[in-house]
Amino acid sequence: MVLLIKNGRVLDPASGLDDVVDVLVEGQKISTIAKGIKPSAKDVTVIDAAHLVVLPGLIDIHTHLREPGHEYKETIRSGSLAGAAGGFTSLACMANTNPVNDSASVTEFILEKARKEACVNIYPVGAITKGLKGESLTETGDLKAAGVIALSDDGHSVKNAQLMRRGLEYAKNFSLPVICHCEDLDLSAGGAIHEGTTSAYLGLRGIPPIAEEIMVARDIALCEWTKHPIHIAHVSTAGSVRIIREAKARGVPVTAETAPHYFTLTEEAVTTFDTNTKINPPLRSARDVEAIKEGLKDGTIDVIASDHAPHSSLEKDVEYDNAAFGIIGLETALPLTLALVSQKVLDLKQAVGKLSCNPAKILNLNKGSLRTGADADITIVDLESEFTVDVTAFKSKSRNSPFHGWRLKGHATHTIVSGTIVFQAKN
Amino acid sequence: MELSNKDLLAIRDLSPEEILLILDTAESMKEISTRDIKKVPTLRGKTVINLFYEPSTRTRTSFEIAGKRLSADVVNISTSTSSTTKGETLKDTGRNLQAMNPDLIVIRHSCAGAPKILADTLPASIINAGDGAHEHPTQALLDAFTIREKKKTLSGIKVAIIGDITHSRVARSNIFLLQKMGADIRVSGPHTMVPPFIEELGVSFMPDMEEAIHDVDVIMMLRIQLERQQHGLFPSIREYSRFFGLNLEKLKKAKSDVLIMHPGPINRGVEIAPEVADGPYSIILDQVTSGVAVRMALLYLLIGKGNRESN
Repeated sequence: MVLLIKNGRVLDPASGLDDVVDVLVEGQKISTIAKGIKPSAKDVTVIDAAHLVVLPGLIDIHTHLREPGHEYKETIRSGSLAGAAGGFTSLACMANTNPVNDSASVTEFILEKARKEACVNIYPVGAITKGLKGESLTETGDLKAAGVIALSDDGHSVKNAQLMRRGLEYAKNFSLPVICHCEDLDLSAGGAIHEGTTSAYLGLRGIPPIAEEIMVARDIALCEWTKHPIHIAHVSTAGSVRIIREAKARGVPVTAETAPHYFTLTEEAVTTFDTNTKINPPLRSARDVEAIKEGLKDGTIDVIASDHAPHSSLEKDVEYDNAAFGIIGLETALPLTLALVSQKVLDLKQAVGKLSCNPAKILNLNKGSLRTGADADITIVDLESEFTVDVTAFKSKSRNSPFHGWRLKGHATHTIVSGTIVFQAKN
Repeated sequence: MELSNKDLLAIRDLSPEEILLILDTAESMKEISTRDIKKVPTLRGKTVINLFYEPSTRTRTSFEIAGKRLSADVVNISTSTSSTTKGETLKDTGRNLQAMNPDLIVIRHSCAGAPKILADTLPASIINAGDGAHEHPTQALLDAFTIREKKKTLSGIKVAIIGDITHSRVARSNIFLLQKMGADIRVSGPHTMVPPFIEELGVSFMPDMEEAIHDVDVIMMLRIQLERQQHGLFPSIREYSRFFGLNLEKLKKAKSDVLIMHPGPINRGVEIAPEVADGPYSIILDQVTSGVAVRMALLYLLIGKGNRESN
């Protein structure tokens, strides 16, 4: 199979390429990047990418695919379709399934399902501790051999600092990066929303920013001590940005991600009691949102991740206090990130870096670049086209997005995984 | 003039004009309760459901009496007798009640925002009788009614709200209402039970209770939930009472015509000394009397206007 992408603006932050050139894909690899490529074979599929940008396939470092265990919310199949529709060619899926991905057999199940049913690359993240319970370490080497690319107890912090230290030290043997969900569970206990003006108004219990920041500081201290790289998940507060910035300046091997909702929405969104604004960490103050943007701009925050967390009406169509935390994001992450480009917070190259080559580097994936010989994972994007978000048209099985009805600009027109077009937008 | 919404969910949704309309209507309702035959036919044929997910004596009885004095049929549902123990969602419970065509549902629930779920789902009018720590709008309205009765105005009066502000829907609704009507509000209580951003609600915070009460027209004491002590929010009842309880000694620092209020139920000897609760400044029982009048007014304004011709 031969695919020729003609006349697009090819932007590859990893190689520094930013030019109107053609990209020829033969089989699963990129074979040529040059101007004016003439199709030689007969059965060439030509994509006219004039006025479009051709990007290295987007990589989501933080997705919940819910399979095994919660297939009514999402499956590996439906999550991969949602990812493809959002322009993602690779998804790293978190371990909080049922059973938890804390053993090689669960990892193998996920990868087998992915091989059969997923249309994008699926990279399982294994648990740090068995059952995400924070009591004993998982068989890390076994997990790695089965195919996990990182470790995380996402959804929980490893409360015991000694166990977290041992987890980092042990992960070092197997070169597995550790993704830290930072939350002091005593400080956040019972909380539903950010502790701030809105919680003072609504009487909903607050989760203070310090619940996140104390654990960010602890995990950075452990990272500095063990010298094993950590990646801080879903950064939401100004204090966390400051702590990470200072750590990076001292050379601590820490990276960080945020999610689009943390630079798009504030705690104000909660005042309607819409449970699609209930997320952990919670939507923060306007001041925090500004700090997140600043952190993205100066590189303190390396990655934009969806933290795609599907839930059904069973978990969301209830009282705010009783609703599950989490929103879906695969199908809105790209346009919400591009909004930062319109706002001049990021240039396009930075934005693409945060969605492709930076997550690839953190996960040690040989992806995230459009070089000759690289895997043909390519996302073609129309930066100008506007659309109205309609959750009922989402490929995801779930509908829990706070962005329903929003007018957004920029979306994937083609998502190509290993040389195969897995998503093509309707005109 | 009419209320602009079919529901009363929060004081924050009301305009000052609507608040005045409710208070003025309550004035005319109050007299009915003093008659020998305490019943008018205003809501004849209307059905009111009291749906209480939390225990309540005063508020539920007050709504029931208000409905009955206006000739509505009032049905009480409390959690122990409802199907919530069978795991039914609030929305499903609401839809089932709606299928029996009530005109108005009064709901009390431990979750902030729960009444809004019913209001958004059902055509019936919904009155919030307290949702979590969010709002208790009818309490604030009856408090305002009582203050206005004694002080003739709400504008410019100084009010101190003392106690557990963080967990108090009464405090929130009173802050929003009294502010809309031009009162000057300060709060006092242990820092552990005052939200860190309280000043963004437009009230001042005074850590010293004696300072907070010395020049006010009204002191509102809040009920302290004794179990808060177990959560480390205050070290002992004895200490709470000493620094944040209202006793005769502290009362000497207050103005000579100060009014003492409490939404009930009171913890005698904890946040309020018996001599104060039963003393000459206390209008705690007037609040309860006002409650019936205010709730009659609300029932009338929300579901009784169409019946006017038949009265």
